[in-house]
Amino acid sequence: MDPALTRELKILLGPDSVLSDELDLMLYEFDGSVEKGRPDVVVFPHTTEHVSRIVKLANKYQVPIVGRGAGTGLSGGALARRGGVMIVFARMNRILQLDLGNRRAVVQPGVVNLDITRAVEHAGLYFAPDPSSQKSSTIGGNVAENAGGPHTLASGLTTNHVTALELVLPDGEIVRVGSHLGDASGYDLCGLFVGSEGTLALATEVTVKLSRKAELVKTLLAVFDTVPDASRTVAEITARGITPAACEMLDGWTLGVIEDYIHAGFPRDSAAVLLLEVEGICETAESQASAVARICLTNRAREVRTARDDRERDLLWKGRKNAFGAMGRLAPSNYVLDGVIPRSRLPEALEKIREIGARAGFRIGNIFHAGDGNLHPIVLFDPRDAQQFKNAIAVAEEIIRMCVSLGGTLTGEHGVGMEKNELMPLLFTDADFDLMRRIHDAFNPDSSLNPGKIFPISKGCGEIRIRKSRQPVGSHV
Amino acid sequence: MNTVADFPGRLEALFGTECVRISESELRGAAIAGQQPLVVAKPRTVREVAEIVRFAAAEKLAVVCCGSRSKLELGMPPSRYDLAIDFTRLREIVHYDPADLTLSVDAGLTLSEISSVLAERNQWLPLAVPFAASATVGGTIASGVDSALRLSYGTARDFLIGAEFVDGTGRVCKSGGCVVKNVTGYDLHKLLIGSLGTLAAITRLNFRTFPLPDSRGVFFATFPSCEAAFQFRSSVEQSGLPLTNLELFNPEFAHLLAAHAKDALRFSPGDYWIAYAAFEGNQPVLGRIQRDLQTNAADREADRSEILDEKAGALWSRELRDAPDWLRKAAPNLALLRIAGLCLTSSHAAEVVNRSVEAGLRHALLARPSNVTYLAVFSESEAQADCIALESRVSECMSLAHAKKASVTLLHAPAWLKDHLNVWGPTRPDFPLMQRLKQAFDPQAIFAPGRFAGGI
Repeated sequence: MDPALTRELKILLGPDSVLSDELDLMLYEFDGSVEKGRPDVVVFPHTTEHVSRIVKLANKYQVPIVGRGAGTGLSGGALARRGGVMIVFARMNRILQLDLGNRRAVVQPGVVNLDITRAVEHAGLYFAPDPSSQKSSTIGGNVAENAGGPHTLASGLTTNHVTALELVLPDGEIVRVGSHLGDASGYDLCGLFVGSEGTLALATEVTVKLSRKAELVKTLLAVFDTVPDASRTVAEITARGITPAACEMLDGWTLGVIEDYIHAGFPRDSAAVLLLEVEGICETAESQASAVARICLTNRAREVRTARDDRERDLLWKGRKNAFGAMGRLAPSNYVLDGVIPRSRLPEALEKIREIGARAGFRIGNIFHAGDGNLHPIVLFDPRDAQQFKNAIAVAEEIIRMCVSLGGTLTGEHGVGMEKNELMPLLFTDADFDLMRRIHDAFNPDSSLNPGKIFPISKGCGEIRIRKSRQPVGSHV
Repeated sequence: MNTVADFPGRLEALFGTECVRISESELRGAAIAGQQPLVVAKPRTVREVAEIVRFAAAEKLAVVCCGSRSKLELGMPPSRYDLAIDFTRLREIVHYDPADLTLSVDAGLTLSEISSVLAERNQWLPLAVPFAASATVGGTIASGVDSALRLSYGTARDFLIGAEFVDGTGRVCKSGGCVVKNVTGYDLHKLLIGSLGTLAAITRLNFRTFPLPDSRGVFFATFPSCEAAFQFRSSVEQSGLPLTNLELFNPEFAHLLAAHAKDALRFSPGDYWIAYAAFEGNQPVLGRIQRDLQTNAADREADRSEILDEKAGALWSRELRDAPDWLRKAAPNLALLRIAGLCLTSSHAAEVVNRSVEAGLRHALLARPSNVTYLAVFSESEAQADCIALESRVSECMSLAHAKKASVTLLHAPAWLKDHLNVWGPTRPDFPLMQRLKQAFDPQAIFAPGRFAGGI
């Protein structure tokens, strides 16, 4: 990369806001995924105007640009696959406006997810999307990836909670889309940009909806002696039309690992537990809690516990949300997968994951959003062992293919990024890609913004495309 | 040499007379603001839709997609109109997994047909939209009409999980899938909602379905003043009661509602504002909500409050759901505006009332949840003075709403008024991005030209 670009960036932002030493850059070549990509220069803008001018400078020197929040992403979305300028939004971290009457917050992209809730909880409000990374991940990253979390079952993904965006387009133009109070006329541009994985624009300001805290929250822990009993319970809760606020499953092996680390009170001798949460006015939460408990017991739950207070509830959730960290005690690295299946196929899918792991010699943990069919198998491996790493990637791919074959999809909340772009032909046809490419090019014609993401790069994708027959959209044989 | 004028014959030769209709009555049935197409095509398969669109793209024909034709009045009339594609013969339920609560249906199925299928499994699609008896699901999504249940279920955007459609090049494309959580690829199906057929021909839609509630309840209360009604709404909102709907309307709206329902609603409109609330759940939940609503209404000095029985409640819910339909027929000289993104306060509402009275016009106002307001401005007479007053009042409302950063759409107006005004209101600053999207979906601009915001 031309050193003149770094010089110009330092003049624009000041030397404290530009990193270009090899050692510094190494810190930015990873995210939470198994991918890598090193930027040539890392910059920390303070304002939207900075972002726009950085983009224009990068264009002048014809180098790519990638946006990044806290780097907690799990699909390589915030990695500089082709080098270039990485724009880190850490210093654009102000909450600009709290409109509590209308339940809106206007924030800069570097604001940490949980900090929005902290700023409004005194008014009985919170920001609903709650990825496991919510203590560190930023709203800009949540918007780019359309982040989810355990509570998306009832409250939806990030896209259901964003009403307006300020964007910097790949040519440096600053535009606003959506509307503070919702329902902007014209095409749903917010709906397109949220979840576009930083390939169409950079978000520099985000207006989010705030949700009202429920009058009563009940958290239940159901303990099972077999995995099929637990997965049948989930299928029955769904089929009976109960939508808990959250419905998480953790398998027995994983529970032991978490217990060693967090001491959350999970039973060590069970095959699986369901962490279930119901909420609403007291009457709703009470009746749903008893209905859910009944279904668990009918499906041979050994025990159904209800968290007695906030402390117990917080501890259970701490165990769930730090599960991936706990896995770090067992192996140097782990690969957290993200696939989705129709919820009615859950028992079958879990059995297939076990078989795939056993065949390849991997122990695979399962901690996932069972209620919406969003699987997160965790493959433990040692990246220093090249063959083991290769095998782990192969196992991951086989599991994702299995999800698709059951009528599911590639990703429920982590994004495609550079992790699954080569698998996209499992779901999409040439016509689908042509249209998505035209939309991409309408905003990002030179692929200067976040190149090498979402779209397959390698030739011969056709060979992994599976035969299409008359099936529901997105579902394949 | 082929010409545009002889395309009906060539289309007929390709697809047969069963599909390609050119009789005067067929063409008249697809007219928009007096403009008729030269052909109405009624494909039976997605493949036929794609072939017809490819034909249209090759010949640069202007195409309008339609279903039950209940909402053709929305938007601007097309700037060109050669071919209507009627989707009512695409009527398959492609996939329904009640245990997973997911559904994939052809665009030409009507909402009521879908409801019957889902009801057999005690499920439903919470799209409480006007024209629900006849509307197709494709038309409902393309027109983006409001659902009266968004307070608890959200809009179609929140439960449309995938779509299949034919783009402007005639290729069958899709986005999303048939699972309830999915971030794979661009969310193109969200763009189709409310696009009025200007991006693609929607052939199939995937939804998350919902369990039917145990029972439903309806409550209404009358208030002596606009302020009291708004205070009631505010305190109910603050209480966090899980309502499916909470609407306020002014005395004029109440009179129109009573007249439209031919007194079936059993209330006498007077000089008072009315609050209507709908809710659902089991008996303990309903009991709690009813108690809280009545306490709140009493605290706000309601003249009267009433819990309706299931039958009467269903009637109220239906009439309010359909309000955007019947309101437009309430008077000959009437304009119906939808204002979104404006947090309507009692002082706004009072100002709207006073300004209309000053202009010698009547007005009916319906304040829905999520900052959506319907405003009908009208006079019984079509005298020139009334028409001038109506035009000036509508322009004024549109400018005021725009100045407050709200989105305003003229849903209905006499033809002469639509000729003078852009029904979409002033063009938004992000309009150039919409043009880029239009170009990407429909490079030849064959779909519904001129119908959408900014002349797209």
